[in-house]
Amino acid sequence: MTACLDISNLSATLSNGQRVLRSVSLSVEPGEVRALVGESGAGKSMIGKAVLGVLPPSVKIVEGSIRLEGADLGALSAKERRRVIGAKTALIPQDPLTALNPSRRVGPQMTDRLVHILGWAADRADKRVRQLLDEVHIREPDRVMRAYPHELSGGMRQRVLIAAAFAAEPRLIVADEPTTALDVTVQKQILRLIAQLQKEHGTAILFVTHDLGVVAKISQKVTVLYAGKVVEEADTAALFADPQHAYTRALMAATPKYTDPLASLMPVDEAVLAGLAAEIAIADHDWRPSLDRKSGHG
Amino acid sequence: MILQRFLVRLLTMAVTLLGVSVVVFVIIRVAPGDPIAMMLPPGASQADIDRLRALYGLDRSIVEQYFIWLSGVLQGNFGTSISLRQDVMSLVLNRLPATLELATVALLIALLIGMPLAILGAREQGTAVEAGIDVANGAALSIPDFLWGLALILLFGVLWPVFEISGRVSPRLELPFVTQFYLFESILRLRLDLTKDLISHMFMPALALALPLAAIISQLLKLSLKEVMTLDYVTLARVKGFSETSVILREALKNAALPTLTLVGVQFTFLIGGTVIIERLFSYEGLGNMAIDAVINRDLPLIQGIVLVFALIFVLINLAVDMMYALLNPRLRHG
Ligand SMILES: Nc1ncnc2c1ncn2[C@@H]1O[C@H](COP(=O)(O)OP(=O)(O)O)[C@@H](O)[C@H]1O
Ligand SMILES: [Mg+2]
Repeated sequence: MTACLDISNLSATLSNGQRVLRSVSLSVEPGEVRALVGESGAGKSMIGKAVLGVLPPSVKIVEGSIRLEGADLGALSAKERRRVIGAKTALIPQDPLTALNPSRRVGPQMTDRLVHILGWAADRADKRVRQLLDEVHIREPDRVMRAYPHELSGGMRQRVLIAAAFAAEPRLIVADEPTTALDVTVQKQILRLIAQLQKEHGTAILFVTHDLGVVAKISQKVTVLYAGKVVEEADTAALFADPQHAYTRALMAATPKYTDPLASLMPVDEAVLAGLAAEIAIADHDWRPSLDRKSGHG
Repeated sequence: MILQRFLVRLLTMAVTLLGVSVVVFVIIRVAPGDPIAMMLPPGASQADIDRLRALYGLDRSIVEQYFIWLSGVLQGNFGTSISLRQDVMSLVLNRLPATLELATVALLIALLIGMPLAILGAREQGTAVEAGIDVANGAALSIPDFLWGLALILLFGVLWPVFEISGRVSPRLELPFVTQFYLFESILRLRLDLTKDLISHMFMPALALALPLAAIISQLLKLSLKEVMTLDYVTLARVKGFSETSVILREALKNAALPTLTLVGVQFTFLIGGTVIIERLFSYEGLGNMAIDAVINRDLPLIQGIVLVFALIFVLINLAVDMMYALLNPRLRHG
């Protein structure tokens, strides 16, 4: 069976030559949730953006490939890539406050992909979006769809964005820390909602988070990232039962229990970080990007 | 709440106009040059001079003169032009439409040049296309409108004479117009032959006025487009599959237009100020051209009338900008 998402040996650099992704490989099978966990700045969002073709102009892919259901994104023209990504993927963004256009009503922002990209009739798109609003427990679809974003609360907007993401039945959703910007009380509801919709729709999700508690709750597989490098990859249950890499163990020790938000965050053991830094320095020294792919896609 | 804001607004406008009228009134009277001396041939008797001074009220103190003038204005009487011996109000109203048409056409040209360049530059950011647009903007901005006027006269008037270089309309034409808005009326009457003649006269002065403004619109709108295009909702639109052009048009343009709009309002008032010299350069019979004659002749009532009308236009433009700002921004509309 072709993987829903298959990233292999992906390396990316900033314009000053600094590496942000180091030969990253990971895959997401159809219907599976893969968590991508690591500290802030590890490059998690970079991977998500690379998959969705929205890397900032300063970041170039120098090596490796990204396949969406077998289609190699790097081999497609920009227009083709946009079409494939638009048809197969969706994004649940990190910050619901900035992810909706402040000057457009919510309804058209939810239906526009269905109508303009997928070519649905307007009433079918409308019906579909209402159905999804119901699934995310929004009881007044008329009011919400007529509203401007600033008239809705943060949690409400994230529900809207989740509903919009699932509405087109994408094969893969990239969820980039979808609960981080929300109130603690709302975080759990939103997480439960995503898990529930994922099960019902059978959508594969690449779930980016820095929170191991969230990993445990939502994912079947997990990839641990440090400084743009995959340090461990495992079934979620296996990872928690028997973490293999020292960094993973340190991260676990540093993570307070998900149910205990007051527990203090411990710094990751310094010896572990020093070891990792040495490992990465050696890898960078040996690293030679193949010269036939100077400019990546993005 | 809204009514209160509106009243405050009206009051500010009135105070602004009053302030402008005081400043202009004093300056043109303190400045050297005697309007009466200009009216009479050399060697006129002192008695004649005094009689004329009294006729125009120039023998009174400045404060007295001002209040006489102001009470007239409040009754709709702007006085009589010294050099043209006609009612100031009707002189101004006769010329104003020509200037308004010129400024409107210039604004349209500026938008038609500036907006597409901004969109193109934002779409092609970081490429040679954007660099080329930046260079063109820099050039258009650093050359003032009257120099553009001279360059255009050389280009389209002399080297490749396709446009008229002087006047508002060809004198040989029979004009059926009942208003002074020749251009708008010719379009409404479907007299496209006249429209063509009017445009042919208006094109160069309007383009000269428009070029610096076009550069400002292009540069500023491009900057705010680029800024808006890094925002999350734009990223989301790209993920949805929208092309870069439709991302700009659907998501970015309206929000990026807000900061541009305010500045365009300010710059448009500069453009109207620029009509004074440009109308002179192209012998275009508008208010600006008349203003220069009025200053040369020390025609105090006419200068006051013209300046007050310009000030009123500036104030109204600011009001229009604020209203459009509120209209484009849903947060203000509901707040
Ligand atoms: N627009 C950008 N231009 C250049 N570098 C960036 C940009 N955004 C992020 N980075 C850098 O790339 C690295 C990875 O960032 P990111 O993927 O956002 O981390 P994470 O999502 O894991 O917190 C960081 O070192 C960050 O400083
Ligand atoms: Mg991130």
